[in-house]
Amino acid sequence: MRLVVGEGSCGLAAGAGKVHTKLDELFGASNPVNAEVTITGCIGMCFLEPIVDIYEDDGTLHRLVKLTEEDAQTIYDAVVSGDLSKVKDLEITDEDASFLSQQTRIALRNCGIINPMSLDEYVAAGGYDALSKILKDGMTQDEVIEEIDVSGLKGRGGAGFSTAFKWRAAKASEGTEKYLICNADEGDPGAFMDRAVIEGDPHTLIEGMLIGAYAIGAQEAIVYVRAEYPLAIVRLENAIKEATERGYLGDNILGSNFSCKMRIKAGAGAFVCGEETALIESLEGKRGMPRLKPPFPAQSGFWFKPSNINNVETYANVAWIIKNGGAAFAAMGTEESKGTKVFALTGKIKRGGLVEIPMGKTLREVIYDIGGGIRDDKEFKAVQLGGPSGGCIPAELLDTVIDYKQLGATGAIMGSGGMVVMDESTCMVGMAKFFLDFTAKESCGKCIHCRIGTKRMLEILDRIVKGEGEEGDIEKLEELCYAIKDGALCGLGQTAPNPVLTTIKYFRDECEAHIKDKKCPAGECVNLITYSIDKDKCIGCSACSRQCPTNAISGQVKSPFTIDADACIKCGNCKTVCKFGAIVVD
Amino acid sequence: MGCCMEKQSDLSLIRETLDHYKNIPGSLIAILQKAQDIYGYLPVDVIYHIAEETGVAPAKVMGVATFYTQFRLQPVGKYLIMLCQGTACHVNGSELIESAIKDELGIADGETTEDGLFTLKNVACLGCCSLSPVMMINGETYGSLTPDKTKNILRELAKEGGAKE
Repeated sequence: MRLVVGEGSCGLAAGAGKVHTKLDELFGASNPVNAEVTITGCIGMCFLEPIVDIYEDDGTLHRLVKLTEEDAQTIYDAVVSGDLSKVKDLEITDEDASFLSQQTRIALRNCGIINPMSLDEYVAAGGYDALSKILKDGMTQDEVIEEIDVSGLKGRGGAGFSTAFKWRAAKASEGTEKYLICNADEGDPGAFMDRAVIEGDPHTLIEGMLIGAYAIGAQEAIVYVRAEYPLAIVRLENAIKEATERGYLGDNILGSNFSCKMRIKAGAGAFVCGEETALIESLEGKRGMPRLKPPFPAQSGFWFKPSNINNVETYANVAWIIKNGGAAFAAMGTEESKGTKVFALTGKIKRGGLVEIPMGKTLREVIYDIGGGIRDDKEFKAVQLGGPSGGCIPAELLDTVIDYKQLGATGAIMGSGGMVVMDESTCMVGMAKFFLDFTAKESCGKCIHCRIGTKRMLEILDRIVKGEGEEGDIEKLEELCYAIKDGALCGLGQTAPNPVLTTIKYFRDECEAHIKDKKCPAGECVNLITYSIDKDKCIGCSACSRQCPTNAISGQVKSPFTIDADACIKCGNCKTVCKFGAIVVD
Repeated sequence: MGCCMEKQSDLSLIRETLDHYKNIPGSLIAILQKAQDIYGYLPVDVIYHIAEETGVAPAKVMGVATFYTQFRLQPVGKYLIMLCQGTACHVNGSELIESAIKDELGIADGETTEDGLFTLKNVACLGCCSLSPVMMINGETYGSLTPDKTKNILRELAKEGGAKE
């Protein structure tokens, strides 16, 4: 019997480490059935963490969810007695299990299944088969690139550029010193796909990168990882060490003429370093400011040598494509976008986590069928795709098909995979301001359009949410948006206006309500709302007045309370504690 | 800042790091990361020392140190509260958590409490979006926060931290 604890960062944050420690204690003291306690990466069902999978010897899986430290004893008793009906109450429901069964996992194929700290488990799952196929069967560089071309794989980092095209360009560049780089600087707030792949299946990344390095003729591969992902760095370091010891990395890999070494470079916290030329500057130890293109990295990249940069998820698909053939990958998806895409589904969603689906599904299918719809059965308002470079898609476009072209047509973008769901209580103007605040802070300052343009936009949005918006502000914002799109040097600036443009396009009424009526329909902008108590609903329990930090709520117990609007700081505590829905926000 | 009279850092602590990266070009960020691990922040005299040893102009070292959010030029409290301000946390009320922290400790983003126990730092995204709102304190992640829960966590830490002093 095997017990597998889901230990991605999310799982650990939810308490998986404590459950694991307790299980180790119990089985360490006495283990009559020889059960093995091990770990896996992110299973992807963040809403059910911590999770322990029990595999019986015949392979039957019992998935136990939302565990606490105390449950470890129940699990132990069940395993030792051989009577797994004792953990029946902890097992996942069929409805929740459908979160995974509706997915098609390619990039995440091993995540949540194998132990990320074990090369043997990766190999047992068919790992490094693709690399062997290339090196032992003698696939040429061109044949590898051709296979990727057939698959139709596009860059999963956001821009959606053809991977085969990039590889071909890097291979065609002159010179023998070339570099292959992985962009794991997942800075997009609300996205954690890359982290999950590295934490859950680091060898998939290594194998994909090795195939890329072989195809373009690079001898050195570098993974640029966000510094905020310490666990990913630990697991990748271990994987690189293991792969090197076993001859999958280093000189004469698997006895061939192909040699490639790999190292990790920890980022230091700058969103702009997700832009490939800024990333290269950062790799060279400098401020991460983008270079002018052309020349492109394929011609002149790291230390001005030909370099190829792809995102983690892109590389995570590569070994599967080589092993199963490009045509098998291209068989999934739409005419325009092939294969699968991983999304980090979060926000006001019932079932949040990692979702990998074939391109061509609709947003509605992801949010309602897989994600289970909106939390507390509230009204869906919008879904944000592509983070600070993307936009908010409204309810009437929920049937939009997920592919690069159709999502692009909405004004949002596919992006790297952040999918943040919002309900009626989220203010869309506030959301636009949130993203502008982010891009204005993260602008590197090299070009004027981005540096000053985003700041001016932020100032206007700030005024609007404070109730100081003026007639003509929307037009001013639009003018700035188009100027920045045209004038900015890199992708950060060129896409920074997208959240604002989509908000104006789909939620113009809400923008105008802020400016003209000085109202926030979502009830979120504190300067534009007032709190009061509905006399008919209030039973006078005094819960709100006890929570009020400014003593603005008064009344006699058992009769309706009132709020002193002058003393109210609109913190929302009263609304949170009121069980009767008596707090009214206008 | 006390400028030239500031206490001197023990520069020998960074010797090994400087030697390790001596012949690896482009290692400035890695050296600064190590230095911050050692000293807890980047003291000015350490920055000058790194500039001298690597041959990079002090202004450039300072330029890199101020470009990336990870680097700090001031010491931090015993507990570094990294409050996530990612999209999911924003949607799920990270602002309420920030006011709870301000309320409890009297510090704003980037500030340290007078007793040197807590520093608050807003960060972009910790990648634990399903547990939002989230904060990380000295490597430990706390999820599904409410204002009350946050205050309780801080009180517990203050008790622990104060007792060990």
